[in-house]
Amino acid sequence: MKDKHRETFKEEASELLAELEDSLLELERSPGDQELMGRVFRALHTIKGSGAMFGFDEIAAFTHEVETVFDLVRNGKVGVTKGLVDLSLAARDEIKALLHGNEPGFSERRQEIIAAIQELMPAPPEGGVEDRPAAPDFPDPDVLPSQELPVTYRICFRPAAEIFLRGTNPLTLFKELRELGECNVIAHAETIPSLAAINPEYCYTAWDIFLTTSRGLDAIQDVFIFVADESDLTIEVIDDGLKPEEDSNYKRLGEILVARGELNPEALDEVLNRRTLIGEALVKANLVNRDQVQSALVEQQHIRGVHKKRHEAQATGSIRVPSAKLDKLVDLVGELVTVQARLSQTADVLEDPQLLSIAEEVETLTGDLRDNVLNIRMLPIGTIFTKFQRLVRDLSAELGREVELSTSGAETELDKTVLDKLNDPLVHLIRNSIDHGIESPEVRVKSGKPGKGKLCLTAGHSGTQVVIRVEDDGVGLDREAIRAKAVGLGWLAPDAEIPDKELFAFIMAPGFSTAREITSVSGRGVGMDVVKKAIEALRGSIEINSRAGQGTAITIKLPLTLAIIEGLLVTIEDEFFVLPLAAVTECVELTREDVAKAHGHNIANVRGEIVPYIHLRERFQINGVPPAIEQIVITEMDHNRVGFIVDNVIGEQQTVIKSLGRIYQGVEGISGATILGDGTVALILDVPQLMHREILEPRAARLQGN
Amino acid sequence: MSVATITETAQYLTFKLEEEIFSLDIFKVREVLDFTKVTKVPQTPDFMLGVINLRGSVVPVVDMRRKFGLSQADTTVNTCIIIVEIELDGEITVLGALVDSVQEVMELVPDQIEPPPRIGARLDTKFIKGMGKKDDEFIIILDIDKVFSADEFALAQHLGGEELPLAQNE
Repeated sequence: MKDKHRETFKEEASELLAELEDSLLELERSPGDQELMGRVFRALHTIKGSGAMFGFDEIAAFTHEVETVFDLVRNGKVGVTKGLVDLSLAARDEIKALLHGNEPGFSERRQEIIAAIQELMPAPPEGGVEDRPAAPDFPDPDVLPSQELPVTYRICFRPAAEIFLRGTNPLTLFKELRELGECNVIAHAETIPSLAAINPEYCYTAWDIFLTTSRGLDAIQDVFIFVADESDLTIEVIDDGLKPEEDSNYKRLGEILVARGELNPEALDEVLNRRTLIGEALVKANLVNRDQVQSALVEQQHIRGVHKKRHEAQATGSIRVPSAKLDKLVDLVGELVTVQARLSQTADVLEDPQLLSIAEEVETLTGDLRDNVLNIRMLPIGTIFTKFQRLVRDLSAELGREVELSTSGAETELDKTVLDKLNDPLVHLIRNSIDHGIESPEVRVKSGKPGKGKLCLTAGHSGTQVVIRVEDDGVGLDREAIRAKAVGLGWLAPDAEIPDKELFAFIMAPGFSTAREITSVSGRGVGMDVVKKAIEALRGSIEINSRAGQGTAITIKLPLTLAIIEGLLVTIEDEFFVLPLAAVTECVELTREDVAKAHGHNIANVRGEIVPYIHLRERFQINGVPPAIEQIVITEMDHNRVGFIVDNVIGEQQTVIKSLGRIYQGVEGISGATILGDGTVALILDVPQLMHREILEPRAARLQGN
Repeated sequence: MSVATITETAQYLTFKLEEEIFSLDIFKVREVLDFTKVTKVPQTPDFMLGVINLRGSVVPVVDMRRKFGLSQADTTVNTCIIIVEIELDGEITVLGALVDSVQEVMELVPDQIEPPPRIGARLDTKFIKGMGKKDDEFIIILDIDKVFSADEFALAQHLGGEELPLAQNE
């Protein structure tokens, strides 16, 4: 049992450490940010507290030292400096190492960090302990922060009429309250006299404020500290956040008014018996005024909102599920989709209206279920972006560059599997940008750029795809060098006209160059072919744009999920195949005459454009006689159009991708299988691979041969 | 090569290929299916028959006759696919073995089992765990993990690649 808890702690601590790192890096950029300081402190505090609880004493002891300094930072006693951030990051790494059971026991490194941190701390002031301001939300740092529950208060604030004369602006008070938590303010204007009688320097308004905060009563009283004496101020707890709300509806309006003593219960009962809208009725009966009702209504809504939020927080409060369970769930949904397809097909055949309507309903439900289940596996890409902040910081320090990483679209969600596999390629691209793209500060300044290089990571949705861009404002790619290299390799005719995009795509071709050569001529490191492969393995595509001297942008497009795709179902003889619909642009017919006209070349004329094609029947050695009119499914990838000849095009198909398993690993031209409505297995064509193998590589070989 | 001797009484599922009776450890068998439509995966060796739909999972099927280099035969009503669980590179993999017919489940005590013959077997002896004997009939006990080892498939895939006609791109 304890081990299980320890595992949970480890997981949680890893997340906290990630958050800590993130906050520290942000704090470095905006050193004055109170909220960030708070976040750093809380992360450290939680690690310390739960570490001690689960027997990670060393972590607790070490973290305590770091936490202490951040307590001072939080209270403005110590400033945020680069040195502090450096130390804290180092400390974070140490905690991580400890967490994974590395280097337990005495460590010089840790001692050094502690010593350095202690140097940053000011000498203890004369006053001793008393001088240390008590943190209202953490009265005792050794207690786990379980008392952080938000409490809702009703604050009735009736300032003295003269408060304006003392320079107090109630609005600033409310602003301060808003900083404490969710806050609703309602004004009582009933005491405002008629215009003629008004003294503009007097305050006639009273306010009711409903505030939900976890900062405690003291924090609220602090806000009113200068006005409390001359104002009528009552603060009451109306929801302590602790007791589970047995009644999901907060008190009724009448009850609230009674509870506040603004209405007596008998009067309420009497009005209730009249059965009209209670608020209206009470006002009409002159028992309370409109403002009071309004205030009570706001209170009601505020509390309801708090309850609802708490509910949501509980629901979204993350459940830890091993990803294997999710995978299983996705598998099951996949099977369900298959069965549903069968049901729909059977219903179509039987033409039974009742069955048809059931089948339709099942189809809708299955679709929803599928989307939801796939959605569970979606994680925001920000989880890996965070790691890159640190990477960029460390790399730029190491390479003597000044780089600012900006990210946007961190909330873009991607399938966990995709995300896991995306990390390495992105690391590679970032490394490349810093290593070869962004120049050293001196060079940059000489060429009229700001000394600090910019690196942008953006993610966003585009249709059914996620687009990720890695952009730098560095030197850019050297067109001519790449061109020369491509010509040298025989991949490009010396006089060939080629768009930049295609030219730059050469650097991603395997064997285009060895590390050294490409680094010196064009400023791009090795491994672009590896990146491309990784992206393609995720059914994605990658594109490079670059302008000499201005920078390089690499765009990665990925499908949202790997589990289910839209496919185009085709047949050859009696075999079914599926092409990913995303790659398909159109289908045209191919007659015998068309074939004859091409004189034995595998090319088709599609509205004047020459499109090479792959005869799948021949390619896959499927016996039989092709029909008189065959179909060309035209696909496009990386600006190459290639046709695939099939017997028949059946139509679109929700395709649940199944792996062919270990045994068929590495089979060419097939990326997986799917199960059709009638239970037969159809193979999914690996369009990019076939394209390369059949069209692009032979073309390159021919060029080389020339 | 040392042969692991069989020391425990175990149950075996027997099946026929040509006139020969083979068997495999019942614990390796998940189920037995009637012959169903198999989708051939292009450009794979002949013995790799293709894939079938096993209640929503795609499961590869191996033609045991071809795998052991026996003559080919048409499918009959008795033709079966034995679904086995094997360990491939440390992972449990499910695959189907196409056989002429499934016979019975029998129990063999160690006394009834002899080590595989060193010579004279039509089958590579590395696939054989032992020779069971029952009612004067020999039963070849297969080491199914070895029959379907990663090496076997890697080799097959390599050959499969070699057999390809050169791409026609004229």
